[in-house]
Amino acid sequence: MADISTELSGKRLDNPIIPASGTFGFGAEFKNLYDINILGSFSFKGTTKEPRFGNPTPRIAECREGMINSVGLANPGIDKVISEELPQLRKIFHKPIIANISGFSVDEYKYCCERINKEEQVEIIEVNISCPNVHAGGMAFGTSPDAAAEVTAAVKSVTDKPVYMKLSPNVTSITDIAMACEAAGADGISLINTLLGMRIDIRRGRPVIANKMGGFSGPAIFPVAVRMVYQVYDAVNIPIIGMGGVSTAEDVIEMMMAGASAVEIGAQNLVDPYVCPKIIERLPGLCDELGIEKISNIIGKAHG
Amino acid sequence: MEDIIKKQIDRELTIVSNEQTAYKVFKMVLKGDTSLFTAPGQFINIKLPGFYLRRPISVSDYDSEGLTIIYKVVGNGTDYLSTMKAGDTLSCLMGLGNGFSVEACGDHVLLVGGGVGTPPMYGLAKALIGMGKKVSVVLGFNSAADVFYEEEFKALGKESGGIEVRVATVDGSYGTKGFVTDCLEGLDDITDYCACGPMPMLKALYRYYDGKKCGQLSFEERMGCGFGACVGCSISTNSGFKKVCKDGPVFSSEDVML
Repeated sequence: MADISTELSGKRLDNPIIPASGTFGFGAEFKNLYDINILGSFSFKGTTKEPRFGNPTPRIAECREGMINSVGLANPGIDKVISEELPQLRKIFHKPIIANISGFSVDEYKYCCERINKEEQVEIIEVNISCPNVHAGGMAFGTSPDAAAEVTAAVKSVTDKPVYMKLSPNVTSITDIAMACEAAGADGISLINTLLGMRIDIRRGRPVIANKMGGFSGPAIFPVAVRMVYQVYDAVNIPIIGMGGVSTAEDVIEMMMAGASAVEIGAQNLVDPYVCPKIIERLPGLCDELGIEKISNIIGKAHG
Repeated sequence: MEDIIKKQIDRELTIVSNEQTAYKVFKMVLKGDTSLFTAPGQFINIKLPGFYLRRPISVSDYDSEGLTIIYKVVGNGTDYLSTMKAGDTLSCLMGLGNGFSVEACGDHVLLVGGGVGTPPMYGLAKALIGMGKKVSVVLGFNSAADVFYEEEFKALGKESGGIEVRVATVDGSYGTKGFVTDCLEGLDDITDYCACGPMPMLKALYRYYDGKKCGQLSFEERMGCGFGACVGCSISTNSGFKKVCKDGPVFSSEDVML
């Protein structure tokens, strides 16, 4: 049977499957459905300094082969995440976790990363500079190489944990942003966040989403994600967590061949709550069929 | 795989019948395992071929053999659902949401259904009558063509000495002209109320009783997952932000801020 373990910044993962931030909460909804300890790791719900309700509803829209969300970083705030969510999580998940952090200013990113740095179970900090659903901050930091570098340097100064910058696809040159993050000290890159999208209800003649626009995700964006992971793999020498529409074991292989060391599963968790265990179960057999003995050997294989 | 799965909420149901019952409203009977349901007012989330997100639909009634949903064609997904035939199968996430607490209900419960908010009130009425409680029913629709389930509710009361069913239509083409709150006169002896329908109706009811009677209100919201993962359907309550799909869809009138 093929070896499906992989590595991120020297940390071993039993397999490359990581539920993406915002589709898995803090694990509580999934722990009753299946043994979540089979996951490689998971990236918890994007956390900010203050508690947030998020954007007004409706904040979900259907698309062909995908969906739009404008949840807007709804979360309990860093204090409650540390005092309540993480102690609960420790009881149900016994592997290292990825802390997903968001902010509206460089100081806020810094503050949250400094707080989370003390949490033992957190092995990697994934810094979201790509949320399309908040007006200040969020994506604004991920669309300029200088701003991305500034956030990277600021959070690196307050944590000794590996920092992965989560990038937005809503940019002209993804490689410029990734290189700026690497130069500022990032230990890895996560990509892609959602694509800014919109739907209009033709019966009402109004946008479906209260906030008008939101982040487009799901299988429809997979080719865009593969392309961007492929480009960034060429541009940087740090590991990549690939995500964007990954829904099957075949998608995981494709994303790793593009250059991802591990893969996050997002929207598909919402449609099929068992998609992660299904992929993990399928991967070794699929690797065997494809003649892959060790999955980590295929990282970036498509680059020849 | 079986050893990893703790609880399988994704079940395959088989369509027994799918018939139109009012203007754009269909009644679908499904056969399958319903063991995950614990209360009236819970819902299922249906995967339809060719559509990405599932469609959350409240359960009207269920027993050990299967369940009934009543849905309105409001878009492409429900339009597709209306074309499905007996024998077709559907992947459904089962037993979602908290439902109405029948234990919390008093001895004379007013049940209010607005449009396609009506279906879950049927299962609730059945459960309350089964517990020996008195129910009165008020249904609100836009027009006579939209009215459904009046007779079904009346039939429920046959063995318990009859239940009063009042109907309001906005255009006055059937029953009382106006809204559900226009036909509550004489129902002052109710102990509490349960309601499901559009937000303006829930707000009007809440204001009508002005805190003098307690209610259980079932909310609608666009959902991503239906089981609490995506936080797409949040609502502000006096006890913090809640998820309509998981903490609700039923909330206490004292808890929600209307």
